[in-house]
Amino acid sequence: MKNNELETKSELREESLFDKTVGRRSFLQYAGAGAAGIALVAAGCKKDRGYENPTMNGGATLDFKDDFGVLNYAYALEQLEAAFYVKVASAPPASFTAAQKAYFQDIQFHEIAHREFFKAALSTAAIGSLEVDFSSIDFTSATSVLGTAMAFEDLGVSAYNGAGPRLKSATYLLLAGKIVSVEARHAAYVRDLISNGTFADLNSLTALGADNAKGLDAALTPDKVLAIAGKYVKTKINVINL
Amino acid sequence: MNIVNILEEIEKVDGEIYERLNPRRAAMKSFFNVGKKISLAAVPLALGSMFQKAYGQTTLPAAVVDVLNFALSLEYLEYHFYNHCIVGKTPGSAVTDVTFAFPNAASQAAITTIRDHEKAHVDLLVGALGSSARAPIAYADTDFRAGGTFSTVYSDYGTFLAVAQGFEDTGVRAYKGQAGNLLVSPSVLQIALQIHSVEARHASHIRQMRTAASGGTPVFKPWVSLGASGQANDSGVPQVDAVYAGEDLTVQAGANIIGLGGNAGITKAIAVESFDEPLDKASVATIANLFLRDGKKL
Repeated sequence: MKNNELETKSELREESLFDKTVGRRSFLQYAGAGAAGIALVAAGCKKDRGYENPTMNGGATLDFKDDFGVLNYAYALEQLEAAFYVKVASAPPASFTAAQKAYFQDIQFHEIAHREFFKAALSTAAIGSLEVDFSSIDFTSATSVLGTAMAFEDLGVSAYNGAGPRLKSATYLLLAGKIVSVEARHAAYVRDLISNGTFADLNSLTALGADNAKGLDAALTPDKVLAIAGKYVKTKINVINL
Repeated sequence: MNIVNILEEIEKVDGEIYERLNPRRAAMKSFFNVGKKISLAAVPLALGSMFQKAYGQTTLPAAVVDVLNFALSLEYLEYHFYNHCIVGKTPGSAVTDVTFAFPNAASQAAITTIRDHEKAHVDLLVGALGSSARAPIAYADTDFRAGGTFSTVYSDYGTFLAVAQGFEDTGVRAYKGQAGNLLVSPSVLQIALQIHSVEARHASHIRQMRTAASGGTPVFKPWVSLGASGQANDSGVPQVDAVYAGEDLTVQAGANIIGLGGNAGITKAIAVESFDEPLDKASVATIANLFLRDGKKL
């Protein structure tokens, strides 16, 4: 039922593509703001739109003018997380215990479920598959794997928390809420594996927007999240109307 | 920071900003004069209270106040639950009914961390609500033994952790259930989301503490899974069935999550674990009321 709603909105969106002027002006404003670290390419060109170009040759475009942009943003992050855990679960570091292997297997399938959910929900409005770059990760080292897992989970929490208020639909907000608390549970688990008791060490998350004195978790805007995630993604991610 | 510039910017969209801040515009000088005397670090605080005075009460819609007071009730409950335990563990404390022993320093430190977060949430919500904040809930207003259902909550570590898990998982569900009501107020929604995921981190850790306490049998996953007999309640405590009612949902926005996209690895348990479910206000209140004395119930 919700899929139908999404498809309808997607059609509306296709029409708006013809209004190139607005998109281009917004892009220029954004680029002018100088978001360092994100690969931005001119977004005024229709063929660069990810959902019209599933092979992603022109990169993936996240258009934050409506909820679809936010959902595709989440889809991109879930693709990244899923790809990471698939690799970890297929060949875990030798020092992982049986329990750790089992939980990383679980997490792998949680992220796959999130990825597949967004893909199904976005339907024709979904961006294509991202190409990842995990060259900075040593998958044989528990330290490297756990450190990266923690970074991904905390970043995921900050991304969902920061993007939530951008959503206009209560339905999508609830869906994002259903997922972010699972990511937070992952984050706490991985943190405790690295150092027991750091499950909610908000002081260590200040750079991601957390505030320990207020008991508040991380929250970052999409540009900042993508700048951090950028090192793990080969596909160009174009951000417009943020 | 140039306060005058900030005020001028606001004046462009709200011509009455000075009147809101102080009916006598000239009296604004008094604020700036104070600003010269107090330390630089205190200026943001003073500025914050100034804006709260101007906008604090008038800009929070009644529905948002309702949600925040509801959240505040839950935070008071959580805070007292943990605080009573930590106070009881303080040498020389007047609280003598906390008789279980923490297995190690780390477990007591974790409960202290969680207690501190709940206190911070109480303070934050009280501050945001201002004069609209509900009456404080005192420890004397609570009954964490729930009329005898959890009579050993402060004498048996396992029971204490089981109730803690119930509180945290309920908290996560309660915030999730109210998020949509805060869409009208994005800045408040932002705060609520940042509290929501902290509660999820707490829940994850409490579940790991339970597994450590059980010696690994049974195992309590850091995420909400299916119960041993396939039921929604995975806590092993049938008395808290209401906390997990509906957590076993496997269809999201019309999509059947089990096996989605041809992934056989997405079993029913994985589908349940991948999405936490909300709980409506009435159901949360029913759970909270188990721990509140007559005359103090929500």
